[in-house]
Amino acid sequence: MTGIRISVPDTAETGEVIEIRVLIQHPMESGFRRDNRGGLIPRDILTRFECTYSGKAVFVADFHPAIAANPLLSFNTVAAESGTLNFRWIDQNGAVWEDSAEIIVT
Amino acid sequence: MIKRAVLLVAALALAGCDGGANDEEALDRSAAPSPLRSGLSFLTEDTQALQADAFANPGHLWVDRGRNLFASAKDSSPACSLCHGDDGAQLVGASASYPAWDESSGELLNLEGRINACRQRHQSQPPLDYESEDLLALSAFVGHLSQGTEISVEVAAETQNAYDLGEDYFFTRRGQFNLSCAQCHNDNWGQQLRGDTISQGHGSGFPAYRLEWQTLGSLHRRFQDCDQGVRAEPMEMGSDIYIALEHYLAARASGLEVETPSVRR
Repeated sequence: MTGIRISVPDTAETGEVIEIRVLIQHPMESGFRRDNRGGLIPRDILTRFECTYSGKAVFVADFHPAIAANPLLSFNTVAAESGTLNFRWIDQNGAVWEDSAEIIVT
Repeated sequence: MIKRAVLLVAALALAGCDGGANDEEALDRSAAPSPLRSGLSFLTEDTQALQADAFANPGHLWVDRGRNLFASAKDSSPACSLCHGDDGAQLVGASASYPAWDESSGELLNLEGRINACRQRHQSQPPLDYESEDLLALSAFVGHLSQGTEISVEVAAETQNAYDLGEDYFFTRRGQFNLSCAQCHNDNWGQQLRGDTISQGHGSGFPAYRLEWQTLGSLHRRFQDCDQGVRAEPMEMGSDIYIALEHYLAARASGLEVETPSVRR
């Protein structure tokens, strides 16, 4: 049960700049830390985030080991039309977490 | 970390030079820090803003998870929400009076213990492990229902023993550094411990998202960190002695607001 939180305005006017915020629960283990017996804790990170708006990519990000656990992203886009915003996180092994939100543009 | 503690030991040793041989006898145990200040007030503005942001505060990941667990029934047992109302409507403010005496078991229970007792009595479910994600989520959710409520824990006849035990723990020097909780959190709060500011040691924001942990953790995990910080052998999470300490601290923090889920360094 991975927690995902998404903040997208329910409605917006055409052409309005909207703020989108997403938070996902993930350890983002850097691969550089050692446990209390001296063994290396293996790397376990998300490597990619993609946001599409009505099927078109509006924001993508590559993640690296220095990003803290439970990464919070905040970005803006222009409200062009009513539609679905899709959010995808991909980890280093190709596992995918997805969520979506609807927006009504008037 | 080690250097930091050594500096503090040196500072305390100097400060203690004129205190005579019977320092511990001289401690005024009734002296709670005044005015009471939540751990929040010792944080940077950025961290305070993160806690205040009901979306971005990562502790809410556990609150969300707890809300789901609260509403979902397992096997044929009733969901928490069946008794306590949808979204825990009847538990608003409840956690502000924990740890509390439980009549039927004759034990002092903290919130985690109460949740586990409920699971066993009413849901026929095994207790959750202390510090398991599910117990953290449930205690964060129930704790967050009391956000803004003033902590009000009083010492009752039944809990006097536990209170005294907890108070003793707080004032007893321990570990290789030979420090008591009180030496930092009563006598030196507000002072710098290298880059950190020493807080008054209240548990009003727990379970809390600690930046050092990069995750949400219970107050007992925090106790263990403090014990390890003075190089003492930490007690077990959920043990009677930590619950007693929690009781002492909750009574000491009475008047502060519950902040669960808080963000702490």
